[in-house]
Amino acid sequence: MNAIVKEKAVAPEPAAETAKREVLLKVDNVSLSFGGVKAITDISFDIQKGEIRAIIGPNGAGKTSMLNVINGFYHPQEGTITWQGKVRRKMKPYEAASNGIARTFQNVALFKGMTTLDNIMSGRSLKMHRNFFWQLLWHGPAANEEIEHRKKVEEIIDFLEIQAIRKTPVGKLPYGLQKRVELGRALAMEPDLLLLDEPMAGMNLEEKEDMSRFIVDVNQEFGTTIALIEHDMGVVMDLSDRVVVLDYGKKIADGPPEEVQANQDVIDAYLGVSH
Amino acid sequence: MFYREAGQFKTSYKADQALMPILQDRVGLAVILIIAFAVIPATANDFFLTSIMIPFLVFSLAAIGLNILTGFCGQLSLGTGAFMGVGAYAAYKLTSIFPDANVIVMVLLSGVFSAAIGAVFGLPSLRIKGLYLAVTTLAAQFFLEWCFIRIPWLYNYNASGAIEVPHREVFGIVASGAEATPLARYFIVLGITVFIALLMANVLRGRIGRSWMMIRDMDIAAELMGIRPLRTKLMAFAVSSYICGVAGAMMVFFWLNAAEPSSYSIRLSFQILFMVILGGLGSLSGAFMGAAFIWILPVILKFVPGLMGIDLAAETIEHATFMIVGALIIFFLIVEPHGFARLWAIAKQKLRVWPFPY
Repeated sequence: MNAIVKEKAVAPEPAAETAKREVLLKVDNVSLSFGGVKAITDISFDIQKGEIRAIIGPNGAGKTSMLNVINGFYHPQEGTITWQGKVRRKMKPYEAASNGIARTFQNVALFKGMTTLDNIMSGRSLKMHRNFFWQLLWHGPAANEEIEHRKKVEEIIDFLEIQAIRKTPVGKLPYGLQKRVELGRALAMEPDLLLLDEPMAGMNLEEKEDMSRFIVDVNQEFGTTIALIEHDMGVVMDLSDRVVVLDYGKKIADGPPEEVQANQDVIDAYLGVSH
Repeated sequence: MFYREAGQFKTSYKADQALMPILQDRVGLAVILIIAFAVIPATANDFFLTSIMIPFLVFSLAAIGLNILTGFCGQLSLGTGAFMGVGAYAAYKLTSIFPDANVIVMVLLSGVFSAAIGAVFGLPSLRIKGLYLAVTTLAAQFFLEWCFIRIPWLYNYNASGAIEVPHREVFGIVASGAEATPLARYFIVLGITVFIALLMANVLRGRIGRSWMMIRDMDIAAELMGIRPLRTKLMAFAVSSYICGVAGAMMVFFWLNAAEPSSYSIRLSFQILFMVILGGLGSLSGAFMGAAFIWILPVILKFVPGLMGIDLAAETIEHATFMIVGALIIFFLIVEPHGFARLWAIAKQKLRVWPFPY
């Protein structure tokens, strides 16, 4: 993964400048519990525009719960979420997409009965508006709209180098490609914030390298802000601008990768200490 | 050998998105349509039209309707028979209230009523999924059947409690009622079925069809991508019920001439559901294949012993037909659980690479 580090060094905005960036999303004192189980306790952090933000922590630390809070799937009992400068009210999950938040899932959540092309086209759903009666007719406005969005989708297919599997039902694809299609589906939404839940889980080294490459490219070419959860520390430390570390639902560290790596609490959380 | 797309290059997305991108498919469809619109009317006798073709087309349309809901949107329903009944009774009331109106327009309009009722009974689908939803749609089945019996206004206070189709003419041709010729009925039923199937093929390849399939395949991901689950599911319920309603209205107006509440019982719901499952969930052509298997095969089987010169009692043939069709259903579901549509797709794939295995 050395190549990636080098690329990042020549990136237009070095890590030192990230502090001046505009805050895209801010989480303040958020707590979330399910009955008596406290999944997240009093967590605050922010995500700045254009950065790659990693959320790490041991199993059960509350990382995925945190992502679910960010995209409106869970509603925290306490705390506020500020999205693009405005405090967000309690919202329905389907409103996340129109707010510009897209995500991928830990265990691939593709539409298995549909082709790669249709899966990525489905990311454009919110941007297509022709109503039922135009759809019945198809020829004319509905078909033109479809073609217009198809062009965008083909750009993403080119970008992710999945031209050959365009018409393959995704259920038949190997795992690594499914993950790639899922990334493509999220990209088709042209999000402001892209949430990746373990994009590298279960991949071999080569697939990880490819996926890392795509994440860096998405961030730098499209300027998309990315928040990712990942267990591969090599990947996390290479890719991310800033890392937030959770353990047992609490935040134990927050900062640039080098700083987090040196943090004694983080080392204890990962290696374990006798209490 | 003769079925492969080699040499058929697509130079635009428009061509690539065509309903049938492969020339051979288009030719095949054209041949089927020519047979349906020209060859069958010219050669078939009245028995073939009234006992085989008209019910086959009516059931195909109903199967398309249920397939929209169950096959494409993933919402299991056992209320199909009742929604067909709503269409039938609505068409009956409409033709009684507007005696001079075009009966075909009335039949197409009757679907609107079953769409509205279907959407109401689709409301639980937001909270209830799978088999449990099927049980809630049973409520629709029993409640609506009760309405057909207990609300005399629906059948114009007939002493028999049945609806009898009135005599109506369209452009001087008798379209409904006892005097309507099988040929006229056949053309109306064929026209409506092909028309609606074509419109549905359009919807299913566009944004709305995709949103249904998104809900079917992974509802949580669909929701996080901006699909509103309730709106999308209710739309599927409405469209599905509309089509079933039109099929139900056609069933009484152009096939049976008269219908009782028991014509639209749960038996009919199951029959349509089996057509959809056997034909292939999520396939329009599968709806036709399933309807053909469930309706036409038993009719043909009844004539086989006679043609072979075996003299059997009518009851024996009836029971043998049940057993053979039942065994065939089991056989086909073991061979291909995804139905005839998948078998056909596999066959086409094999043809494309023939004579090589892959």
